[in-house]
Amino acid sequence: MHLPAILPWGAADGFSKQMLLVILSVVIIATFFLLAARKQQLVPGKLQFAGEMAYGFVRNSIAKDIIGGKDFMKYVPLLFSLFFFILVNNIYGAIPVIQLPSFSHVGGAYVLAGIVYFTWIGIGIKKNGIKYFKLATVPSGVPFYILPIVVPIEIISNFLVRPVTHSLRLFATMLAGHLIVMLAGSGIEYLVMQENLLLKGTSVLVLVGAIAMYMLEALIMALQAYVFTLLTAIYIEGALHADSH
Amino acid sequence: MNQLIISAATEGATSPLMPNVWEMGVVLVGFAVLMYIVVKFIVPMFEKTFAERAEAIEGGIAKAEKAQAEASAALEEYKQQLNDARAEANRIREEARAEGAQILADLKEKAAAESARITAQAHVQIESERQAAVVSLRSEVGTLATTLAGRIVGEALTDDERSARVVDRFLADLENQNAGAAQ
Repeated sequence: MHLPAILPWGAADGFSKQMLLVILSVVIIATFFLLAARKQQLVPGKLQFAGEMAYGFVRNSIAKDIIGGKDFMKYVPLLFSLFFFILVNNIYGAIPVIQLPSFSHVGGAYVLAGIVYFTWIGIGIKKNGIKYFKLATVPSGVPFYILPIVVPIEIISNFLVRPVTHSLRLFATMLAGHLIVMLAGSGIEYLVMQENLLLKGTSVLVLVGAIAMYMLEALIMALQAYVFTLLTAIYIEGALHADSH
Repeated sequence: MNQLIISAATEGATSPLMPNVWEMGVVLVGFAVLMYIVVKFIVPMFEKTFAERAEAIEGGIAKAEKAQAEASAALEEYKQQLNDARAEANRIREEARAEGAQILADLKEKAAAESARITAQAHVQIESERQAAVVSLRSEVGTLATTLAGRIVGEALTDDERSARVVDRFLADLENQNAGAAQ
């Protein structure tokens, strides 16, 4: 699943549009927030206010509410970067001409989910030592004769399935949205080209449906950025307080 | 567009779940750069602004509380002063009333004393005038009596010394008589 490259032009491998968009997203996010945070006024201007709203959303609604306590500040940069990196790369899919959510290519989703996977395992080990793996897989208060069933399930769900679902959820929603919009577009094109006037007219129905799907996709793009970040926060919280779960 | 999808579909020997390594590399590096900028600049800048704002708001609240306390203290003081002033005014009014009454009483007393003095003076004057009248009456009565007696007797009782003695004796007798009658 790879578009022909930009450099060298049309090649099967090389520097692609998706890579360009990923780099562009880093530039966009860094520029916006550096400009917004630069003035540091007590009474913020419009740009600073927008930046603070966006930053405060991740900081308070995700990091503080989920992780809580005194040490949530340590994880704000990761959650903040994840949220806006995914958000901007998803929104690409809703912008005409660009129209390519970066995470409809699975590689990026694997990388981010992998970073998160190793982060929360690292946090768990750092916090609880090697005992963390026991805390994470052996639930307390379960009768010993059920443990042979529960422990394998816990191992599979926490350490094997979790990173896969984490990455594929993002990738699949973006790919599906991308496909639907593409499919609707080519469907309209096909119908408009028909000789039969009635058949031509049905393209309007597809157009209406496509616009509705486009709106839904835009919502899902923002939602998936939120879901990915929220799950990251939940995984980190679980690793931090493994002993009380 | 159609061709593109068809080519992608026919090309689909590679599964959509197989990642392109270069894309992974770009995302990894891009995300690392973003993380660096966020950790190094963006989060500290926002946190600094937040902290400053929180401090400014808390400082403002403290200042407002202080001002409130000062204002209520001043109000209390003004009320106290007003009460004091009212009490003072009352006191002054009472004093004035008492003083007025005192002055009235004094005047009355003075007037009474004056009238008493005038009465006493009048009494003294009357007494002295009466005394003078008595003295002049006595000498006049003496002269009159001697003249009358001389005419009756036909003899000039010009010997003043003797006549005076006679008159005095007569008057002394008269007075004795009066004294006896009074007793």
